[in-house]
Amino acid sequence: MATATLDTPTESRSITISLTINGQLRRLPVEPWTTLLDLLREQEGLTGTKKGCDHGQCGACTVLIDGKRINSCLSLAVSRDGAEIVTVEGLADADKLHPLQQAFIDHDAFQCGYCTPGQLCSAAGLLAEGRATSRDDVREMMSGNICRCGAYTNITDAVLEVLEKETAK
Amino acid sequence: MNRFSYARPTDVAEAVREGSPGDVRYLAGGTNLVDLMKENVERPVRVVDINRLPLHDISDLPDGGLRLGALATNADTAWDARVEERYPLLSSAILAGASPQLRNAATNGGNVNQRTRCYYFYDTATPCNKREPGSGCGAIGGVNRIHAILGASAACIATHPSDMAVALAALDATVQVTGPDGDRAIPFADYHRLPGAEAWQDNNLAPGELVTAIDLPDERFTGHYTYLKLRDRLSYAFALVSVAAALKIEDGRIVEARVALGGVAHKPWRVKTAESVLHGETPSHNAFLAAAHAITEGATGHGDNDFKIGLARKAIVRALRQAADGTPQSQTDKRVA
Ligand SMILES: Cc1cc2nc3c(=O)[nH]c(=O)nc-3n(C[C@H](O)[C@H](O)[C@H](O)COP(=O)(O)OP(=O)(O)OC[C@H]3O[C@@H](n4cnc5c(N)ncnc54)[C@H](O)[C@@H]3O)c2cc1C
Ligand code: SF4
Ligand code: FES
Ligand code: FES
Repeated sequence: MATATLDTPTESRSITISLTINGQLRRLPVEPWTTLLDLLREQEGLTGTKKGCDHGQCGACTVLIDGKRINSCLSLAVSRDGAEIVTVEGLADADKLHPLQQAFIDHDAFQCGYCTPGQLCSAAGLLAEGRATSRDDVREMMSGNICRCGAYTNITDAVLEVLEKETAK
Repeated sequence: MNRFSYARPTDVAEAVREGSPGDVRYLAGGTNLVDLMKENVERPVRVVDINRLPLHDISDLPDGGLRLGALATNADTAWDARVEERYPLLSSAILAGASPQLRNAATNGGNVNQRTRCYYFYDTATPCNKREPGSGCGAIGGVNRIHAILGASAACIATHPSDMAVALAALDATVQVTGPDGDRAIPFADYHRLPGAEAWQDNNLAPGELVTAIDLPDERFTGHYTYLKLRDRLSYAFALVSVAAALKIEDGRIVEARVALGGVAHKPWRVKTAESVLHGETPSHNAFLAAAHAITEGATGHGDNDFKIGLARKAIVRALRQAADGTPQSQTDKRVA
């Protein structure tokens, strides 16, 4: 089968990959050392996804890849060729906020807001996983998202509210 | 990050051909490799992306064991119904590590091959024999709170950071490997190594060798087990000391005991002769304490990490108690009972 190969390490040659980003199929030239985070922010102008630490230590860069939450700062874009990406910009349904977004507002679940896109994508991933059932579960399963403002209590409340509504359905 | 050439093979033989010459790194989830490349600790000339290889499955082995594909993610492994039911110790150890996001990207092959979190290894302005052979060791005489108390050498006192590997050691897993010279199976105890004079060598993989799977034997520990991880904050932190314990108890007596330690050595630490101290004993504090001393015999601190010696012994006693009582440590409610 075909192997994508690039043999000249000194030359900055790019590889064209396909990504579906927030529902839109995009063909994008990327240099192999570009992270998914940098591609989203710098190349695609999707600056909702934040760069906190760039080392997997804070969760600000969390996006959904094929429905699963990951840290986009530690993912090479080229290796995600063919994937479906959802960023915070893609959570809402047109003008209607995602239930998590509404719950974050209702519960005052942020102060500066820098960690919020990552918190929202992470919480969306948590709901899809279907593993969390209690407050302790939510706390543990949101532990990959650091909030320097310390809005944790309200974040937990917001996520728990949506979780409970979804399970009641 | 340095510039590198990139290949994305779709079959294993091709990957090994691509991976064999020189300064090549296999890329799986990237959660460790990409991080180290950003720090210029890893500077591969070529990156071979193995994510398209058919190594994603978890499958039953004919002998009753379970094969974990090298590319199955840590999350998919921990939450696999067969792993949860037959190897809850492994499931628990994986869930004790990293974060949900990281576990979604991290793979089983990448987890056991992740490199040390030694601060000096990460800091290219300081000496480190693991990063730059012959340059010295910044941690000896430096800040070494997270470093090894067992099996260290004058060249390196780093620890292996994986939680998953500690459970795999306790469960006597086997690492399936393929490389330029063909396939081989490496018992988990022989996979990682102690630093000795060759600090740069984390494990016994030969250049170009690729982990294809990790096999779990049929022997299961479903009643008496625990993974107890002690760290500076309750989640999203590496272990200072961790203990994977598994027991078989018949008629009130221990007939089989497995104890592996994390955070204390260059590899998951197991002393089989020390485990046998428990054989034939009824579960008791004194029996556990004797085992704890036998397992940590020769432990040496380097200053900041002296506390780990006492902590490890207490953790072993506590973990054996949890295992004996059939009350494994919860990875959600972190209170240590
Ligand atoms: C902030 C943070 C916190 C963390 N906390 C924990 C923790 O508490 N506990 C814990 O256990 N881990 C923790 N981790 C580490 C994490 O578990 C590892 O980074 C992950 O398991 C590596 O898997 P990967 O697939 O992403 O590997 P990669 O980054 O792709 O690769 C890692 C190494 O393994 C090699 N490799 C990968 N696959 C193979 C293969 N099949 N054959 C041969 N070589 C291979 C690569 O070449 C590379 O050298 C943490 C990581 C971060 C960033
Ligand atoms: S302990 Fe090992 S990894 Fe850390 S500085 Fe010393 S040689 Fe390097
Ligand atoms: S920016 Fe990715 S985890 Fe901090
Ligand atoms: S709201 Fe400021 S970092 Fe979380």
